[in-house]
Formats: sequence, C-alpha cells, structure tokens
Amino acid sequence: MNITRRHLLILLPAAAVAWKYVEAGTPEDAPNYRMSEHWWSMLIDIPKCIGCGNCVRACQTENDVPDGFFRTWVERYRVSDWHMTTPEVISPDGGKEGFPVAKEEAGKYFFVPKLCNHCADSPCTQVCPVGATFISPDGVVLVDQTYCLGCAYCVQACPYGCRYLHPTKRVADKCTLCYHRITKGLTTACCEACPTGARKLADLKNPNDPIHEFLKTHAVQVLKPQMATGAKVFYNGLDGSMR
Amino acid sequence: MSGLKDAGHLFRFAGLFVIAFLIFLLVRGYIVPKTFGQYGHYRAAAIGEIAARPVKFAGHETCETCHSDIAGAKTKGKHAQVNCEACHGALAVHAADPTSLTPVKPDTAILCARCHTASAAKPKTFPQVDPADHSGGAPCQTCHNPHNPAFEAGPAAAAAAGGGK
Repeated sequence: MNITRRHLLILLPAAAVAWKYVEAGTPEDAPNYRMSEHWWSMLIDIPKCIGCGNCVRACQTENDVPDGFFRTWVERYRVSDWHMTTPEVISPDGGKEGFPVAKEEAGKYFFVPKLCNHCADSPCTQVCPVGATFISPDGVVLVDQTYCLGCAYCVQACPYGCRYLHPTKRVADKCTLCYHRITKGLTTACCEACPTGARKLADLKNPNDPIHEFLKTHAVQVLKPQMATGAKVFYNGLDGSMR
Repeated sequence: MSGLKDAGHLFRFAGLFVIAFLIFLLVRGYIVPKTFGQYGHYRAAAIGEIAARPVKFAGHETCETCHSDIAGAKTKGKHAQVNCEACHGALAVHAADPTSLTPVKPDTAILCARCHTASAAKPKTFPQVDPADHSGGAPCQTCHNPHNPAFEAGPAAAAAAGGGK
C-alpha cells in the first residue's frame, strides 16, 4: 500500500480520535441497553396515591438511603375550603410509615409523592464546580460520587429540595431513577412497590410507552413550571395549591 | 540578524512558557479521568458504575417465573396490579437462590392496615375499613385471600387459591 504524506496527515488525527475512544472503553455495563434509545421520566397519578409509604420504604431498601434522608418522600396536603395559597402540608418521616388517620372531613386532602424531577435543564448540574453531577444521555440526573467534593452547591440549587449530603459519605446524594434497575429492563423500586399504580416509570423516546397516550388525554403538569427546569416528573391531577 | 542579538532573553522566556505549558498538559493528562468529556463535562465511566450496582427488588416478572400459581390467582382479583414485592418486600436474594432465603410471611393485621385503614385523606374510591371495627382484631386472611381479596371468594376459595401459602 502506498501511503503518501498527504494520506498520513489525514489518517493521523483520525487514529488519535479512535485511540481516545479505545482508551475510554465502554461506559455501559448492560450489554443490551443503549443510552441513545431512552429518555426517562416518571408519571405520578395523584388521585391514585393512598399515602401508604411503600415507595419511600422501597427506595430506602433499594438504595441504602440513610434514616432521616429521602430520595423520594410523600407529602399530604389539606386545603381547607378556598385557602389555596396556604395548604396544610405534613410529611411525618417522609411518609415512610404512612400518615396519621385524618378524621376531619372538611377540606380537600391529597397525597403528593415527590422525587428528583430529572430536569432536562437542571439547575443542580449547572452549578457543580467539578462536573460531578450531570444529565446522562438517557435523561437521568446522576451524581458521580467518586468525583463529588461535597460542597452542596447542588443541594442549594435544586428548587425541589431533592438532594441531600450523605451523612457518612459526605457527598451529594439523590434519586438515580434506579438507574441500576432501568438499564436492566426493570422498573424503579418505588414503581415496583407502589400498590395502586400511582407511580409509573416512562420512557419518552419509546413510541409504544403508554405515557404518550396518557399525556394526550389528561391534564398533566410539572412542578414549578415557571422555573423552566424542563422537569420530567409529570403529575396528573395536580392541585393549584401544590408547590 | 543584528536586531535579534539583544532579544535572546525574550526567547529564553518564551521557552520557559512552552515548557510550562507542556508540563501542564502532562499533569492534566494524568489528573483528568480518561472518560471525562466523552458525553459532556463529567466522567462518562460513572454512568456504568452507577448502572452496575446490585438490584434488591427482583421485579414481579422474576417472581412469576416460579410462582405462576400465585400469579394466576392474582389476575382474577382486585390485587392484580399489586406487585409481589409491594407486600413481600425486596427479595432479589431469594430470586437469585431460592434456598438461601425463605421469605417471612407478612402479618396481614399490619400489612393490610397500611393501605386499607380508613382515613378521610385517602381517595374516596379506595376501599377502606376501620380494622378494629371491621374484624374485631381477627387477622384479615381469616376471610380474605390477600392474593384475591374479594369477600365473595370466601375463606375456602381463599385457601384453594393459595392464600395460605
């Protein structure tokens, strides 16, 4: 083969780029999972939530969440008559052991499960000074805990209060949307444990996902849309008093 | 060239800059992780590390490969959409090696009450009872099969459908 200097000069940079990827290896351990084919989100059907706390307990078990910290939690709202802007909100121990029995019939009650909204334009990833938190190519906001300094900028930046500093690891911790499960074809631990189907993992890039039909036929909202975070946790039946 | 004769100190200084820059590149090459920047301003290998963590909830599809009798009984009842591990807890260890861990049967007096205790806060369409008033302290499976809880199914049907298993 006759390689001229011209050819060599074209080939060298190409080889350098290729070598960079050979060195990098493959970041995906799940062989049948392609990040480019997914864009994960979650659907929360508020009228279906009964406040049993199964999701909170399942999340703690699955992800070794320390006591007193939450990757997901449930809040109970009570809006009396027309006092939309001053709802009474309780979340005893994140709703982990359920809620006290409500005897008072007056007013409107509802349960709101909360978790990381896996924002497409997330404020938390933008403030990280070292690139330890990021949005994965399949739309999940993750924390590289080996790289995190524990400065807690992201904890302050999240408008939904979904992050915390791990008390022993001293690094930022949050919902991973059970990334270790969804990449293996399973649903998240909270969705698996939800007895009423109030929480449903959804893949927006999958045209056969029932989320598309649901979004078309229901009045669905995200939390704090005015913050323009591109939140991907969709709430059905969201009340105006919800924050 | 006589003009450059007095510029030697400038070239030495420029040389120092070049050397410092090369040292910077070398140090940076060692410090910055190899996969940093592959997808964005982060270490791409972290994605694989997070995905590699072990699973604790096996998922109902896994349960049903062995416990098809229970799965069959469930499909006929109101608990058809309630996944196994919603009540039985995380059992991936049992799924991986059934002999290693025998799951403890949940106490229905506590388990059922978690969801079905009457509260004004719960959706009105959700079946709720006051446990003390409803059964007088008797365990729920006396009358209901947790896998197919309709009362019409009856205790006999409950036992036949595998409620006591």
